[in-house]
Amino acid sequence: MDRRQFFTNFAKSATCSVSASPGSDFFTNAVFRTHENKEVRFYDDLIKDRHVVINFMYTRCEGSCPITTANLVRVQEALKKRVGRDIFMYSITLKPEEDDPATLKEYAAMYRTKPGWQFLTGRSEDIDTLRLRLLAEHHPAIDLNINQHTGMIRVINDSINRWFMAPSQASVETIVQTIRWADSPKPLAERIRQNAIAQARIDKLQHHMLPTWLDSLNES
Amino acid sequence: MARPKEDAKKTMPGKKNGISRRSALKMGAAAGAVTVLTSRKSVASAIMPPFQSAPTPPPPPEPSICTTFVGSPATRPFLQQLPIPTALQPTNLNPAPTLSANIAGGEAPRADHQRWNEFLPQKQYAIHTKPATVSFHPDLPTSYVWGFNGQVQGPTILEKYGEPVVVRFYNDLNANHTGPGVPEITVHMHNGHTASESDGFAGDFFGTGLFKDNHYVNIYAGYDNSPQTLGDPNEAQYTYWYHDHRAMATAPNTYKGLAGMYWLFDSRDSGNENDTNPQALRLPSGYGVHDIPLEFSDKAFCPDGTLFMNPDGNVPEGDKWCINGAIQPFMRVNRRKYRFRFLNTGPSRTWTHALSDSSMPLTVIATDGNLLEHPIQVSSILHSVAERYDVIIDFSQRNIGDHIYLLNIDDDGHPQFVGEPSPTPLPPGITIEQVTMRFDVVGDETDNSRVPSTLTTYPNISNIPIANTMQWDFIRKNNQPQGLNFQINGKTFDPNRSDHQVKKGTAEIWTIRNIASQSNWTHPVHIHFEEFRVLTRNGAPPTNPLETGRKDVIRMPPGNQVQLFLQFRDFTGRYLIHCHNMDHEDVFMMVRWDIVP
Repeated sequence: MDRRQFFTNFAKSATCSVSASPGSDFFTNAVFRTHENKEVRFYDDLIKDRHVVINFMYTRCEGSCPITTANLVRVQEALKKRVGRDIFMYSITLKPEEDDPATLKEYAAMYRTKPGWQFLTGRSEDIDTLRLRLLAEHHPAIDLNINQHTGMIRVINDSINRWFMAPSQASVETIVQTIRWADSPKPLAERIRQNAIAQARIDKLQHHMLPTWLDSLNES
Repeated sequence: MARPKEDAKKTMPGKKNGISRRSALKMGAAAGAVTVLTSRKSVASAIMPPFQSAPTPPPPPEPSICTTFVGSPATRPFLQQLPIPTALQPTNLNPAPTLSANIAGGEAPRADHQRWNEFLPQKQYAIHTKPATVSFHPDLPTSYVWGFNGQVQGPTILEKYGEPVVVRFYNDLNANHTGPGVPEITVHMHNGHTASESDGFAGDFFGTGLFKDNHYVNIYAGYDNSPQTLGDPNEAQYTYWYHDHRAMATAPNTYKGLAGMYWLFDSRDSGNENDTNPQALRLPSGYGVHDIPLEFSDKAFCPDGTLFMNPDGNVPEGDKWCINGAIQPFMRVNRRKYRFRFLNTGPSRTWTHALSDSSMPLTVIATDGNLLEHPIQVSSILHSVAERYDVIIDFSQRNIGDHIYLLNIDDDGHPQFVGEPSPTPLPPGITIEQVTMRFDVVGDETDNSRVPSTLTTYPNISNIPIANTMQWDFIRKNNQPQGLNFQINGKTFDPNRSDHQVKKGTAEIWTIRNIASQSNWTHPVHIHFEEFRVLTRNGAPPTNPLETGRKDVIRMPPGNQVQLFLQFRDFTGRYLIHCHNMDHEDVFMMVRWDIVP
């Protein structure tokens, strides 16, 4: 098949849609089990219209995973009651053959995670698909290595299809800020009110040495 | 989806909207306004930005979500004339720009403008950043873009040294935008000698409905040493560009169209080839006539015209090559000299420009907007993201009816797809996939322009004391988890962290390394604020003649090490060093450094 014909065939089956989210076609509705042994479908139950924080890990991982999980524990604390209410956290195992729901439950208990944060296991084919769709480096050789995908945190607000990423070893403040970047937009008057607070804080600083980015000055 | 707590609070009846009388007064004072806000109603009217009341056409619908890309549709070459971006006209901003951020009027928070009263703006410009629908090629459906004033590429600002200006960037994007790209902006004018609060720091982004005033002082670096000459005229830089620099979204936002040019002129590069001033260089002149912007970008189109990006905002190298927002355009030229200002707006492709007629040299007169001391003739130009090359092409020896093709002779492993033959015969050995545009020689024209053999003299840097040195290692570690693998000195970008402090008014030597054993990718490294001189590459003076000039982007292949001389004059604040492959800077290959008093 030449390229032109390939394109023509593609155009006939084009996967363009006009909804906000790439939807279940992209995210899949693969079946997962939570650390509380509940069955969930990935897009419909976990992603749809939600603001989510996703990372990949496995319980026996000794590289970046323990640091990541420990950091996420502090992130969950910093986000306070938002987790479970309008922000949802998911940690997906990269080694489902080792991590059944019971093992994940033990892991969650060890880190004393709170409700609103679910650990997930499922079929390794489904996990691979999601790993590549959520975290791809867009470089085939690199993407083959599962350890490529343990050091970052994916943030998605599906209701506005907003994506961000944070290094899992960044400061808690930075990770939390990145998560908040995906918040659904606030009304203009509210943002101007927050800007006045931020400006008052800038005005107290000297020599244009702002220790934080402006947006984080908005936090009350 | 549940509303955040703050919103729930706000809608509670009887609750004030949070601006106390005291802070409202302070805001008014900060903005230099005298309004006394006494009631809730007046607060509400004060915070409504006035531009919102102007009637505006409805924005284009959000683009479709296109998650799979196979290839762009076929397009016929040379169907459209090279478009020239609009030359932006000044305006009167309302409310008037102020030293302190006009928060109540809708300006984004920022530090006060440095040296505002010394460089009071003589002109004001307004740029509305907004969605639009544009055509990149007549054979393609139209595409949803983000444009400065809705244009791709954005309007060109033509200004003079000695005339400070304010450019008000409005964010009129859709707050509920749903595709890749983030509708928050912070505009960097690359590489202006600009105070930090106007420099488009990556963390200083602001959302829709707001604006920000960038104060461009249009002085030469070194002002404090010689204010009577506006700084050192040998520090002159002429070809700049502006683009969005939103942390982690620079690639998709710029790819969607948020890039334009900013040119400065002075008595030497006066923009008048008939100038009678003996100082004037008399280079080919006339915006869009003989002085032509060539803004290169590559795009990938879904069948319905939607610009393809990965859902995470990563932008792949495109299979359609655009100049000034047009795919494979043609330009009619006369038998005379032209000045072309090559700009690579990225996000990531490196171009290798050459002409189809090897007997015609490319005469480079400026690198990254800085005049070379002497013009340099080359047969090809390796052009990394964000670099500018000012090039003279002389068509005077060609015949009327000739076609000369501008080529990209190294496709970076990501070729162009055309799908239609060239309507005009190509010289042997050249394929239509290599062609970026065609020049058609159509007539004769007087040419009073000159290309002097000496264009400028660089400042003597040998006697300047070096206050400090710094080493920046750009590393891409294959064995590091994603999010941690694009590093500078082992760290990823965090706008809350400053990794180096420079004392204002001093000079430093910075070593930049791309260590081969830890990296296999090339990084075009950009340093904000002042132009650098390349002292050495791999231990010896640079052998590439185009690196002998002043620059602000340095190409760093694996295994390379350069030493750069930099000065940090006239302003303080937060600045950036980063890889200008925008996909790389978006995954944290960027560092904040500060100039301190």
